[in-house]
Amino acid sequence: MEFIDKMRQKVAAAALILGFFVAWEIICIIFGVPEIVLPRPTLVMDTLIARFPQLLPHVIQTLSTTLAGFAMGVTVGMLLGAIVGSSKVAYDTAYPLLVGFSSIPKVAVVPIFVLWFGSGTVPAVLTSFVICIFPVVVNVATGLATTEPELEDVLKSLGAKKREILWNVGIPRAMPYFFASLKVAITLAFVGTVLAETIASNRGIGNVMMIATSSFDVPLVFSGLFLLAMLGVSLYLIFSLIERRVTGWAMRKSDLSAA
Amino acid sequence: MITVPIEAGQLSGSLDQQKNVSNFEAIKLEKAEVIYGRGKKSTQALAPTNLKVEKGEFVALVGPSGCGKSTILKLASNLLAPSSGHVHVGGREVGAKRVGVGMAFQNPTMLPWLSVRDNVMLPLKIVPPFRARYRQERKGEFRDRAEALLEKVGLKGFGDKKPWQLSGGMLQRASLCRALIHDPELLLLDEPFGALDQFTREELWGILQNLWLESQPTVLLVTHDLREAAFLGTRICVMSPRPGQIIDDQRVTLPRPRTIPMTYEQEFVKLTQQLRELITHTRPDAA
Ligand SMILES: Nc1ncnc2c1ncn2[C@@H]1O[C@H](COP(=O)(O)OP(=O)(O)OP(=O)(O)O)[C@@H](O)[C@H]1O
Ligand SMILES: [Mg+2]
Repeated sequence: MEFIDKMRQKVAAAALILGFFVAWEIICIIFGVPEIVLPRPTLVMDTLIARFPQLLPHVIQTLSTTLAGFAMGVTVGMLLGAIVGSSKVAYDTAYPLLVGFSSIPKVAVVPIFVLWFGSGTVPAVLTSFVICIFPVVVNVATGLATTEPELEDVLKSLGAKKREILWNVGIPRAMPYFFASLKVAITLAFVGTVLAETIASNRGIGNVMMIATSSFDVPLVFSGLFLLAMLGVSLYLIFSLIERRVTGWAMRKSDLSAA
Repeated sequence: MITVPIEAGQLSGSLDQQKNVSNFEAIKLEKAEVIYGRGKKSTQALAPTNLKVEKGEFVALVGPSGCGKSTILKLASNLLAPSSGHVHVGGREVGAKRVGVGMAFQNPTMLPWLSVRDNVMLPLKIVPPFRARYRQERKGEFRDRAEALLEKVGLKGFGDKKPWQLSGGMLQRASLCRALIHDPELLLLDEPFGALDQFTREELWGILQNLWLESQPTVLLVTHDLREAAFLGTRICVMSPRPGQIIDDQRVTLPRPRTIPMTYEQEFVKLTQQLRELITHTRPDAA
């Protein structure tokens, strides 16, 4: 029964998504929407398939840029989060700085990177790096800071050192927060990359879409959008799968309701 | 007699013990006072308090809410230093050398990602001399030790379960095991059964009494339940409202092992009634 229920949910979700595209297609046909305004999904798919060999290098470029920025963001974010989460002083100084920094629209940062490093891949990597660092820091810090005081008392009274408490309790406790932040960070990293590519690069999907826009090749623009959405969704799925694997204990509620 | 302040370390350990404290003392508070916070916002949680607990005693600490019971436990476990006065644990001033301490609270605080058994074994990972052998014995001697303890508290076969698969009462039993796994000299319990129903609570009294009779650790138990204090304690200390002080200290002479039917006998009921009066009488709102 449970299995059937679950399947039914999945099928319903898939049907809804499919329905969205079918509706889009039908509306375009009925109202005769010109393709320069809003191309039909089938046309977008056709363009995508026809131009795929030409698009592939750009996909690889965007993907590797994103992953590079993401990897940097996660590494630095984890370290910063660990520092911020385990020290009161660091928390009080770093938090306002981080919040202030993350409120700066990243579009404003790209020109600065271009100024420093010239246009190309480097500003794109850096943009996706700075854009995805914030959720990682905040989540890791929160995870570390939310250890129950009573548990800490038990360990301290046993003579545990700060390092041991961090290792045995703090880090495992922060894991679900960390993995939850990865899902957010990877999608943000994408946004950062495409943003920088659009402004200052000669490669990548962002750049392709930019050029396509200026030549009014709207189906190609939408192909780019589709590609981005698909890449984003796949990466998101991969990271939620890893999350569920590693920190299943934190998701027991959903397990229970499914059982 | 004139006491000359002596620099720490000038005296040898044995001399130190002979002079200041007897070998039988597990806990000694000398005019220990605790003030939380500073300046205007400071609260005196504990007025200068004297308390001596001998090795192997089971002391129940009762008193109105907020009178500083948990604070005394924190002093005894070295989590907190007194604002003035002295605290000796195991014949040494706190901080000098650690004695094995086991703690359990009202909230069992198990780590959700570990099995119940691994949770129980957590102290072995941290406390010497066990920690050195933790890796080798995790699946051997230590595991058997944990299983044996779990069996004693009625959790046989639950070692592999995750904490969230257990009920509140079962978690509290596991938490008791965690407090005892490293054979502590001192067991500090802060309302460990406070959140449990009457039946489970009474069952756990019996279990705790047996565990204590077996290895006779020194126990300091904070509780709101006067029956619990009278059932378990060899001694009951009653505290005044905040800032707390010990206003009554009496031995419980009821024979061991005590049983639940005994708690309905006249002597027992008289004792609990007397305790109740002491506490309600000292309440500020009492006439
Ligand atoms: N960390 C703290 N900072 C400031 N005040 C505190 C702190 N901990 C306790 N207090 C205060 O000290 C007093 C004694 O606290 P304590 O926790 O020892 O009480 P208690 O006797 O254990 O109470 P209860 O029976 O409700 O658990 C309380 O009035 C409380 O407000
Ligand atoms: Mg308390």
